[in-house]
Amino acid sequence: MTTNFPIMADVTRVDTVLFGPVVPVDEYLIPWLPELWFGILLFTLGMYVFLDGFDFGIGMLYGTREDEAERDLLLSIFGPVWDANEVWLVAFGTVLFAAFPPVYASLLSDHYLLVFAIVFALILRGITPELREQRDEPEWVRACDRGFVVGSTLSPFFIGTLAGSWVFGTGTIALPSVLTGVAVVFLSVASGAAYVAMKTTDTLREEMVRYGLYAAAGYLLSVVVLLITVFLTDPLGVRETLLSTPVLAVVLVTVVFLGIGVVAATRDALEVTWWFYATGGVAFALITLVAILLYPDLYPATGTTVRESIISPLALNVLTVVVIPVLFLVLAYFRYLYTVFSGPVEHEDGYGTSD
Amino acid sequence: MIEPLLIDPELGSRIQFGGTLSVHIVFAALSVGLAPYIVYFTYKEISTGREKYERLRSFWTKIFAIGFVMGTATGIPMSFQFGTNFPAFSEFAGELIGGPLAFESTMAFFLEAVFLGVLLFGRERVSDRVYVLSSVLVMVGAWLSALWILIVNSWMQTPQGYELIEENGVTGLVLTDPIAAYFTPRLFWMYVHMQNAAVISVTLFVAGVAAYFVWTNPDSEPWRGTLKLSVGVLAITSIFQVIHGDMYTRHVVQTQPMKFAAMEAIYETKEGAPLHLLAFPRSLEDLTDPRAEELFTVSIPYLASFLAEADPTGVVYGLEEFDVQNPPVAYVFWSFRTMVFLGFWFIVLGLWGVYRMRKGVLFERGRYLKALLASIPLGFVATIVGWYVTEIGRQPWIIQDVQLTSEGVSQTLTSTQMTISLSAFAIAYAILVVLFIRVIKWIVDDELERVLEDDFERVEQERTDDQAPSGSGEV
Repeated sequence: MTTNFPIMADVTRVDTVLFGPVVPVDEYLIPWLPELWFGILLFTLGMYVFLDGFDFGIGMLYGTREDEAERDLLLSIFGPVWDANEVWLVAFGTVLFAAFPPVYASLLSDHYLLVFAIVFALILRGITPELREQRDEPEWVRACDRGFVVGSTLSPFFIGTLAGSWVFGTGTIALPSVLTGVAVVFLSVASGAAYVAMKTTDTLREEMVRYGLYAAAGYLLSVVVLLITVFLTDPLGVRETLLSTPVLAVVLVTVVFLGIGVVAATRDALEVTWWFYATGGVAFALITLVAILLYPDLYPATGTTVRESIISPLALNVLTVVVIPVLFLVLAYFRYLYTVFSGPVEHEDGYGTSD
Repeated sequence: MIEPLLIDPELGSRIQFGGTLSVHIVFAALSVGLAPYIVYFTYKEISTGREKYERLRSFWTKIFAIGFVMGTATGIPMSFQFGTNFPAFSEFAGELIGGPLAFESTMAFFLEAVFLGVLLFGRERVSDRVYVLSSVLVMVGAWLSALWILIVNSWMQTPQGYELIEENGVTGLVLTDPIAAYFTPRLFWMYVHMQNAAVISVTLFVAGVAAYFVWTNPDSEPWRGTLKLSVGVLAITSIFQVIHGDMYTRHVVQTQPMKFAAMEAIYETKEGAPLHLLAFPRSLEDLTDPRAEELFTVSIPYLASFLAEADPTGVVYGLEEFDVQNPPVAYVFWSFRTMVFLGFWFIVLGLWGVYRMRKGVLFERGRYLKALLASIPLGFVATIVGWYVTEIGRQPWIIQDVQLTSEGVSQTLTSTQMTISLSAFAIAYAILVVLFIRVIKWIVDDELERVLEDDFERVEQERTDDQAPSGSGEV
């Protein structure tokens, strides 16, 4: 902070106050505002894992389709919504930055290369379907397809790995973080299968049910192995937490949701929507588990707590007053988006702009 | 062994951020500038029901969609670099920077992404009115997005509304006045200048594409209209940009004299400084180390002083006044020169077009259409170098007079990590740019077939018109 500019000193610090303060300056609007923001942060993460999760899942299931028409169908299923879904990741990143800047700084700089691995996987996943639409040459289409499947698999895996490393305070190539990555991959396939099943009517639906059930089993298995690994190695002294009532309750809720999903999936088409909601429940149960493990140490590796890393009262109050109403608005237009594009998808819809 | 090949984390971080910005800004400008055209064509399509507007809407929406995907793909890595490469800055100024970024993602980015989905896929599913509204909301999203990003940037140029505090030996900034912090005096100048730059860049792109199609088929009705529209818009916006840019520069002189000194390569403080309208290097050395007095220049005496201080004999501070080692003058000076030169070229293009329009020869094949075609990328070039002036001109500060870039950069980042990520970015972004250009070419090629058909239809029509009377006469 070496400022030795005689000319500049009085120029840049003109604090013009246009209006009086609209929010309290020196105290939180409500005493537990930092905890509320911890909740909002995890809510944005949950929305991302759930919504973009099913996009990733469809991307992986896409790899199992040989038929050109079925591939087009899968693309048109998530085409109208994936852009919007992906924004939840940006929302998560900026909320973390805005409310907990020290944690944002540590998390991203400590996982330098992994963050960029996520970014490049997301880029691959994002641009390939759009590029695929632009040309009919078989080689071009095949290359884009391959990139799409690879990107859709690596994105949730790397994101899960980062989350695992964050929550358990281990390095990125430690077993708990890798297992978290695997769990998120399975969860994505489960929601993807449910979403496709909800949007289709014929034999494709039956196959999706099969994949969905495998993925649900894979998810349950990987979470159980993950919890056992963490229990045995106990990287950050969370062994006691793992046996606490909230954690056990969340595991139980997860099993119940998975059960509802399985029942809904194997019954007739009308109940498929419930299957999709159940995978959403599983995703939010996972986020609740993350919340329990993270609270109060928002960055377990260094032991930085929610209260230590939260911004000062005025800044947090401003953030609250601005962002919370906007988030309700966002939820309203997500509802609108999904209503407009509800119901089974027809083959002609295609991906991208129609002529 | 490979040590000399590894790049220094601070320099690497700056190159990486600057490089990703240079690519991202093109897509960001494309979104901002193309959105009004999409709104216009969508509105015309719905209100007139004419097929030509549907075609134009569809063509430009395709380009908008691919631009939006590219913009997201190149923008997310940029925003993450605040945390990966500049964590000390993020922690230090998080209260001031993080808020607006969160407002951007929740208010603007969601809006743009959700309604782009409706715009691209919802033609058959929503009413006409909602469809037009979706295009408007996409535009609102794009413009609001740019506003919040520029709020962050203008705060870094002219910070206010904060206090510097020290707690447990760690210094940080605390927000004390949100209105002052978000709405700095710089914001208005930056926002108007950047948004207009985006509109000009896209207008040149639209005009160039229209010129190409009109060249192939001067009778193509949709593209004749587009060419007229874009030339008109260019004439107005380019003139406005130069007038506004001049006033903006005056603001820079008052708030960031060091940047202005670098822009004009003035080393020694003097009264009654001239303004160098055009400058040419005399030798290679002038390119890397420009000094205004030693260049071959076309100058107006006293004008720099007059612009800076509204007084021909006013004092213009030279770089010697500032405690800076090796200020990056060359980048700033030549970037500024390039931007100004291009700005005047855009005015020439706009007025030349209006003149040809009034003479009724706008659609004739000639030098003018070629000039438009050649100028397609120049608006984006001007926008990029404009950002170099803003961002490099501020160095060595990351937050003007508050934090040095060297203090904001990551302390844990190793040269190996830096080299890996920078190489990956260089390769990935190069691929993205090539892919983007290829896709644009494909979309243009597809349209070209239709443009040629326009002609066949017209010829066909004329033939039947010619035959019809004679035919009926015989019967």
